[in-house]
Amino acid sequence: MEILNLKGTEDTPTILLDKKNGIFEISGRSLPEDSAEFYKPVIEWINAYGAEANPSTEFAFKLEYFNTASSKLILDVLSALEEIKGVKVTWYFHDDDEDMEEAGQEFSELVEIPFEFKTY
Amino acid sequence: MNYIYDLHRTMMSQKLILVYDGDFTQETTKSILAMAERNLDSSGEESGIKRKVFNVMVEALQNIVKHSSEHGLTAGSLISKSAIFMISKDDKKYCVMTGNPIPKSAVAKLTSNLNDLNAKDKDGLKEMYKEIIKNTQISEKGGAGLGFVDMARKSGEKLEFSFDAMNDDYDFFCLKINISREKE
Repeated sequence: MEILNLKGTEDTPTILLDKKNGIFEISGRSLPEDSAEFYKPVIEWINAYGAEANPSTEFAFKLEYFNTASSKLILDVLSALEEIKGVKVTWYFHDDDEDMEEAGQEFSELVEIPFEFKTY
Repeated sequence: MNYIYDLHRTMMSQKLILVYDGDFTQETTKSILAMAERNLDSSGEESGIKRKVFNVMVEALQNIVKHSSEHGLTAGSLISKSAIFMISKDDKKYCVMTGNPIPKSAVAKLTSNLNDLNAKDKDGLKEMYKEIIKNTQISEKGGAGLGFVDMARKSGEKLEFSFDAMNDDYDFFCLKINISREKE
């Protein structure tokens, strides 16, 4: 399966989805003008991955900041992951960033995926 | 030319650290954010407060971008040009303020939305946020309808707002979000 590799910009996150090496990560800032358009290839990739997923998938979110339009799409990403067996989410946050920690907790309450919380 | 000095004095007396009046697009949003961020960094603001201010700024700016295009107004039109964004800072708090024209027909609904929001406590806002995020589709221009809820949650204070009559069709919607600089 092809690697999805999007380099981050000042308003979009870095995204690396690599089945072969087992790396699944969204990091940085997410405040694109059109969040639905930006996340479309990501959700398509995850849906395609679901058909031939690795036995276990550790998906990392290491976000510094995301806007509310992105939060809806992050939930869509999580909902797509929810369909796949063996998925675990690691939610990273700065140790003084309570809002990011709380955001992760809220997402974890909205989907049936195990979340692990880590500071960075 | 007196208005130059007058404007300068107003900015000083109101403790405004950034004012932008003009066209609002994603590009101007990014520039304003970069400028405000540099200002917050150079003043050595505490990172938690910095993040909250940044957060509220993004939602406020993207609200204007979204609404100026939502009403079928292209960038550069009179309406989108007449929006304003400012930040003030004193010892106790930052204020993020915006002003933009909205059709009179939208005033009643916006007022009741904001009043609903202001009537909720922290947990109520959290529930509202989760409810909206579960049930909405992103509107065409990328809004999730979560902007005001998020601003209220991040600021931890009521959203202040008012409407001034502009003409027969439009009111000028003013919004002020306070972010405390004092530790909870």
